[in-house]
Amino acid sequence: MEAVIEKGNIIFDDANWDFETLQRTLEAIEEIALGDLKLDIYPNQIEIISSEQMLDAYSSHGMPLMYKHWSFGKHFARDQMMYQKGYTGLAYEIVINSNPCIAYLMEENTMAMQALVMAHASFGHNHFFKNNYLFRQWTDAEGILPYLDFAKKYIAKCEDEYGFEEVEAILDASHALMDQGVFRYSRPPRLSEADRMAKLAARAEHEELTFNDIWRTLPNTEEDEEEKEERQAEVRNIKLPEENLLYFIEKASPVLRPWQRELVRIVRNIAQYFYPQKQTKVMNEGCATFVHHYIMTELYNRGAIGEGAILEFLHSHSSVVFQPDFDDPRYSGLNPYALGFAMMGDIKRICEEPKAEDREWFPEIAGSGDWREILKDAWANYRDESFILQYLSPKIMRDFHLFAIADNAKETHVEVSAIHDDLGYRRVRERLAAMYDIGMHEPNVQVVAAALEGDRKLTLHHKVHDGRKLSDKTRDVILTHIETLWGHEVKLEETNA
Amino acid sequence: MAFSHFIDRRKNPKGKSLGNRQRFLKRARAQIKEAVSKSLRDRSLKEIEKGEKISIPSKSTVEPRFRLDPETGKREMVHPGNKEFGKGDKIKKPPQSGGKGKGKKASTDGEGEDAFQFTLTQDEFLDIFFEDLELPNLVKRSLKEIKATAYKRAGITVSGSPTNMNLIRTMRNAHGRRLALHRPSTREMNELKERLFELERIAQPSNEEILSRKDIIAKLEAMERRRRWAPFIDPLDVRFNAYEPTPVETTAAVMFCLMDVSGSMGEREKDLAKRFYMLLYLFLKRRYERVEIVFIRHTHHAEEVDEETFFYSRQSGGTVVSTALDKMLEVQRDRFAAHEWNIYVAQASDGFTQSGDAKRCVEILNESIMPISQYYAYIEILDERELEVFSNEDSGAELWRAYRTFAPAWENFAQTRIARPQDIFPVFRELFSKTKREAA
Repeated sequence: MEAVIEKGNIIFDDANWDFETLQRTLEAIEEIALGDLKLDIYPNQIEIISSEQMLDAYSSHGMPLMYKHWSFGKHFARDQMMYQKGYTGLAYEIVINSNPCIAYLMEENTMAMQALVMAHASFGHNHFFKNNYLFRQWTDAEGILPYLDFAKKYIAKCEDEYGFEEVEAILDASHALMDQGVFRYSRPPRLSEADRMAKLAARAEHEELTFNDIWRTLPNTEEDEEEKEERQAEVRNIKLPEENLLYFIEKASPVLRPWQRELVRIVRNIAQYFYPQKQTKVMNEGCATFVHHYIMTELYNRGAIGEGAILEFLHSHSSVVFQPDFDDPRYSGLNPYALGFAMMGDIKRICEEPKAEDREWFPEIAGSGDWREILKDAWANYRDESFILQYLSPKIMRDFHLFAIADNAKETHVEVSAIHDDLGYRRVRERLAAMYDIGMHEPNVQVVAAALEGDRKLTLHHKVHDGRKLSDKTRDVILTHIETLWGHEVKLEETNA
Repeated sequence: MAFSHFIDRRKNPKGKSLGNRQRFLKRARAQIKEAVSKSLRDRSLKEIEKGEKISIPSKSTVEPRFRLDPETGKREMVHPGNKEFGKGDKIKKPPQSGGKGKGKKASTDGEGEDAFQFTLTQDEFLDIFFEDLELPNLVKRSLKEIKATAYKRAGITVSGSPTNMNLIRTMRNAHGRRLALHRPSTREMNELKERLFELERIAQPSNEEILSRKDIIAKLEAMERRRRWAPFIDPLDVRFNAYEPTPVETTAAVMFCLMDVSGSMGEREKDLAKRFYMLLYLFLKRRYERVEIVFIRHTHHAEEVDEETFFYSRQSGGTVVSTALDKMLEVQRDRFAAHEWNIYVAQASDGFTQSGDAKRCVEILNESIMPISQYYAYIEILDERELEVFSNEDSGAELWRAYRTFAPAWENFAQTRIARPQDIFPVFRELFSKTKREAA
């Protein structure tokens, strides 16, 4: 590649941007991202949008295509209100795990912000999406947009055919089970998710090719024998207990019609698509933040951007990685950007300038010098929980002043169980890692029995961990939703593991 | 750079989430409606025309997920910013919320009991408010305005005005024709030209090359001819969207708004009356595109005025209510023949009139107005103190009592009273409520 960055040749010096400057800046960023950091990315598609379009995207999981549902309208109304009243700003960008990797930039951003955002989203997140094992295994970057397109059209057709209320009832009920609608530990029994997506995308494409206004029909209201056979065979293959409630209901519900099963499947597929993102917040944001910080600093060091731009960048960057203390009114948990960025910067430090403590804790990487490879390996092979367990160093625990608090609901006091000292490092690290284990804070509800004949009762089981019961605020509403999908009595048991 | 590209999406159509919004409003309809009526109570005239921030209980649109109850079990959380704690320190729990930082989280995922706030546009606001209101007894009499037409799509034609050109059809036809007539494409031509260039660049061409050069030139000329003969777009290809005028049935209706602006009406009373009419005006404009509205105000004599004067000008004088009724009849005879129009009348007054005039009003109503009207609503504007005195339906100012005597004879006559701004909306709903009328 031809070098874009030349000494003393500043790529932009104005707060306003135009497409020419964007292109020039993107090329300079790419030179560092690919030439120096050696990132491996999907092609980039960078879209400039207005703030209203950003709000639009917000309300529907940040996806450019999404089916219609009232809950997205509700989120939009809330976000719009918050934004107009000045309670919250909008994100500078949204990035989508797809190939090509789509990133939205807001038109209001200054040029320095656009540079930051491109480095962050189009290189940081992009590299993470393409390389992290969770995304590689569980999501299909090629297929997601065609699939969402299919889903949107399919649901719109169902609304036409069966009415808003019918469709809404199924979607509402399925949404309530989204957290319990993913495969966590094992791959789906038969079709892999990617195959499934591809099959559905192909189906969508086929529909498009054979689209004909006169012959437009929905899949039959009644299931044909062959499909029924196939489905029942799948049901027989399910080994109870089954953790994926949506999957079980989709396959085994005695009352759902084919189009309703398809709706449940759409919600389930979308839940599964977002599942890796839930497990990699710290890593994903840490990776993107580390990358943008490195690139912007490097652009400055090489003389491609001036003092003004780097100061503006540092201002935004420091607010992104700001971590309020637990007793600060602004505190709302650990900031994934702050923790991720700190840990990744720390890995670089350990590789380059290790102290005795680091050599003791991280003998494999301390002083190895090759931080690029170590970081890329971490980005590819870990999720938040395992990453923290592996790489959280005593230095970071000290910098953040981390401490663990044990809280037993039966007692009037909480107890400090560990702090950032020699005695506490391992415990703090282990507890912090556990906090990022989704299994710990999302209830583990499974199907344990289903009578496919007779009274057709569905029995669910909540495995109680550490005595933490289901909140009864939502429990009964959700059971009603499950009954909508199952069509017969649903029972939920709760016992200690 | 092949690797990345920019797309400018700012010009894309807006309002992508409109469908979601409509679904949301529908979903929370009952709660939104309640909030709308509540907020209407304390609004001024001007404010009615603006959008409105409303809040509804978030319970109505909750999206439930299984959650662990923070009041049960054990957990161990890691937090930043330790200053003085050491291992084993005990800290008293803050009241109610289970653990640190947990209290705030409940509301962010929409499960809190607190209100959900958002903004309705003016259209949405009025739509919801007027939703189940209608003009009573609207019948399609011999329809005066049957002449009204609307243009409807009626397929595709070969002639029309350029603004109606159907580009997709036109281009599709052109494409089909080009294929059928084997029109040489620009790409084919360019390829040949390319080869010709190459051949021409050869300084000492062989016989073979000279021949193929001539051949290419001949081919190119033939293609040129063919392209002229089969143009890119031919007038034959052009199609237009056709529109056909179709008669639209409309119901001709007129609303007479009669308002007392005499000296006995204080500023407060006038304001109440005007607010009532403003609401009526908005309602009619919104729900009935073709309703005519006639504004008549009166003191001891009556005049027809435009809406600006009706709502915003000040005037004072004595009171003779019957002049307004006479004026109304005059206008009606003049412009709104009873067999062609649905006639509605709303009258607002403080109920005081010259002695003996009330009787005359009743006569006019009985003999001339009621027989031709679909609906007549009389709104008496009361002083707040009077409300106590006149709590009984039968007692009231002169006009009220006079109207009470003849009212039972006419089903389409309604009388009601307003004493406070907050009465306006309930009274309005009562007068025009769809469900109540159907039930009655």
